[in-house]
Amino acid sequence: MASFSCCSFVSGRRACWGLSKPMPRRLEIRGLTRRFGGVAAVKSLDLAIDDGELVSLIGPNGAGKTTTFNMVSGLDRPDQGEILFEGQPIQRLSPEAIAALGVARTFQHGRVFANLSVEDNVLLGAHTRLRAVRPPLPVVGPLAELALALIRPARVKREEAALRDEAREILALFGDRLTPRLDHPAYSLSYANRRRVEIARALALRPRLLLLDEPTAGMNPTETDEMQALIASLKARGMTILLIEHKLDLVMHLSDRVCVLDDGAKIAEGTPNAVRNDPSVIEAYLGHSAVGRAAQSAEAVGP
Amino acid sequence: MMQLAFAHPAAETLSSFIDYTVNGLVIGNIYALLAVGLALIFGVANLINFAHGSVYTIGAYVGWAAITFLHTPLPVTMAIVFVVCALLGMGIERIALRPLQGKARIAPLLATIGLSFVLDQLVQLVCSPDPRAVPSDLPDWRLAVGGVSIGPMDFLIAAVGIVSAALLYAFLRFTKLGLAVRATAQDRDAALQMGVNVNAVNSAVFAIASALGGLGGLLVGMYYNHIDPAMSFQATLKGIVAQVIGGVGNVPGAILGGALLGLTESYGIAVFGTTYRNLFAFVLLIAFLVWFPSGLFGARSAIHTEPLVGTFIAPSRPIRAPRWAVASLAIAAFALPLVTSAPYLLQTLTNAWLAAMLALSLTLVAGTAGQISLGQAALLAIGGYASALLAIDLGAPAIASVPAAGVITAALGALLVFPAFRLRGHYIAIATLAIGEIVSLVILNWESLTGGAMGLTGIPPLSFLGRDLNSNRAIYWTCLVVLVAIAALQTRLLASHLGRTLRAVREDEIAAQSYGVDLDRYKALAFAFGGFAAGVAGAITAHLYSYLNNQTFDSQLSLLALTMVILGGMGNVLGAIVGAVALVGLPELFRVAAEYRILIYGVVLLLLVRFRPQGLLGTV
Repeated sequence: MASFSCCSFVSGRRACWGLSKPMPRRLEIRGLTRRFGGVAAVKSLDLAIDDGELVSLIGPNGAGKTTTFNMVSGLDRPDQGEILFEGQPIQRLSPEAIAALGVARTFQHGRVFANLSVEDNVLLGAHTRLRAVRPPLPVVGPLAELALALIRPARVKREEAALRDEAREILALFGDRLTPRLDHPAYSLSYANRRRVEIARALALRPRLLLLDEPTAGMNPTETDEMQALIASLKARGMTILLIEHKLDLVMHLSDRVCVLDDGAKIAEGTPNAVRNDPSVIEAYLGHSAVGRAAQSAEAVGP
Repeated sequence: MMQLAFAHPAAETLSSFIDYTVNGLVIGNIYALLAVGLALIFGVANLINFAHGSVYTIGAYVGWAAITFLHTPLPVTMAIVFVVCALLGMGIERIALRPLQGKARIAPLLATIGLSFVLDQLVQLVCSPDPRAVPSDLPDWRLAVGGVSIGPMDFLIAAVGIVSAALLYAFLRFTKLGLAVRATAQDRDAALQMGVNVNAVNSAVFAIASALGGLGGLLVGMYYNHIDPAMSFQATLKGIVAQVIGGVGNVPGAILGGALLGLTESYGIAVFGTTYRNLFAFVLLIAFLVWFPSGLFGARSAIHTEPLVGTFIAPSRPIRAPRWAVASLAIAAFALPLVTSAPYLLQTLTNAWLAAMLALSLTLVAGTAGQISLGQAALLAIGGYASALLAIDLGAPAIASVPAAGVITAALGALLVFPAFRLRGHYIAIATLAIGEIVSLVILNWESLTGGAMGLTGIPPLSFLGRDLNSNRAIYWTCLVVLVAIAALQTRLLASHLGRTLRAVREDEIAAQSYGVDLDRYKALAFAFGGFAAGVAGAITAHLYSYLNNQTFDSQLSLLALTMVILGGMGNVLGAIVGAVALVGLPELFRVAAEYRILIYGVVLLLLVRFRPQGLLGTV
């Protein structure tokens, strides 16, 4: 039983992609459109992210940011356009297939598993990385998984123990916010801690692309600063991140590039400084009459 | 001349076709009365009222009592039924809905199931389980139209249907309360904020819905001149089917759904015979749930925006029984036959062990994986028939046929529920209920394999190494060993990655999917594992009884299993065993008469949902 091997399969696949030339970008969105009834939530959006970049998606409520996330993570289907992840079109793939490729996301309002412990929430994030216990066999795969879960040969035990250690390491990234609460059910956590569990769960997937949907929503300034430091450290480790955030100060500090959406369409894209001074961005945020005043003060967009 | 020669058979076919159509429309009208009530209730309370059939039955009995004892004329009878059932509906709202607002979303559903136990059993205790005839003082004329005879009863039912639809329309459209009902149905919280007294609206809706349901019961009783307490469950199911066809929560849809269901049944009976009657209803139900989940008239996205997704079980911290306590309980259970040989005690506990296997199966599916199944008893039936047929037809010894039956049940269980995997919340409960009924009807109708209503006789007893197990002790130990083995396996499963994966599916399907969990795969694994446990339990039961028919494992058993699971704590292995012993063992030991047992189950369910929704040992 223990001889089922799938690690080689996966590393082989990854190696394959490394060889393909020219190097595809980590994520490339082309002409993405999504309509709900007569309303276009996202209108022919183009966006690309390179390896190790942190790109922020900002814009007023209803601009189409979360809808874009939903399409990238496979929960929603675009009406038009393409989403390429490392060169592979993923707009027709199921959410679980996209997760298996290495895309992890957090949710705007927090969707932790309420009755699962903090540790189990994070371990679930590593689901796609279970190899020993999930042999990639056709047809009998699920039965083999059941048998391996019940018999638990050494390989399976080692894998589970390694993931458990890793989950604790991930939780330790949040200082002593979560570590003392390993066994607590997620429903008992504060709102801010639930958001942290969301991020820990996403990190457990070892994402090649991390989608963060308003990670600091509902956090006070101290907590926001902590989160900013954490995201900065993830970026420093080379993680590729697409961030939705309303706190512009954080966005300006962290982003390599900022993409501004309004009413489903991209109205500006560039470095934080370029976007900050763009009149169309100021208009979208503050309304038309503010443009003149804001132009005099480049800091107007920042909170 | 040619024409004349063929005229006679053609006319006969035509007239019997019209006969079936009239009959279908009349019954469809009754279904519509039920479905309209269910739709109104679903609209305002987001609840499928499982006690609706009980109200219908009580309506029939109240009418019978009024006619029999008070000799009331028809209009007075109808008024009495209307008022009594309206009051009953308001009572149901007070017990099953109002105190449970803000609790786990499954709570009101369970409360109505509990109430239906209580009400049905009360009817049986007060009026006896025997059927009654409902005398009718309608005039005795029949109207013959082209060889079809239509009587006053047909007109009455049609008139009641049309008049109630018109009154209901006027109420919803033109009255202030009707406006409040529509507002509440659209957005309960917004209505609340705008000053609508949502409790009063709910109360009014339950009153109207129940009054219509009660009238339906009276009319059916008069139509067939026959009422009995068992009519309740079928009525609930038919109302739900009609509602699903029309679009859940859609009032005009419910009327059309009722008519469609009535016609389908009537034509189906004409072609295939009466034993197939219910099969059509349930196949229609599954087909609609799977292919047109929003029904003929429901909004397109009804199921996606349904607020029942995600966690709907009560949050809790399970009580962790220490290992030594569990071990000493097990040892005590094994040692018991050494201390006593009282056959009654041992047989009772043997029954409890078998029930516990069913509860383990359901607690995995409903508790751990969150797929509330109301058809779990069908798995017992599949296992029982599989083992019995292997033993009778192939001469397989029990030691081979029982595990084989477990495997067959695992495969069939996962396969049968597979079409329903995409459903969530209350819908999976309805679908599994229907699948359970379909299994039972297939057993009834597949006579060449199952012996149909006659059942299977001469199932050989359990045997081990060529020796029959006849003594109470041997049977007790066998069942206990199997139970402990299944419980140990299930505990091990819960501690593995499968445990957290299944629980994640229960908590939030969207989030689980986004982290790479293939929902179908894990739901199928849960149903397969649970199917094995239930299949083995059914197989052992078949060998112990030596006789099986399509009613050995009826749908009440499914609901009893759910009560055990909730009593013990959803997903809780030890809890399932405790629940089974408490609900099967204790009433038996205290020699509670059978007719009071269901009543007790219903009351237990109601009390649990209200005061300890996480069960005795807590949700895992």
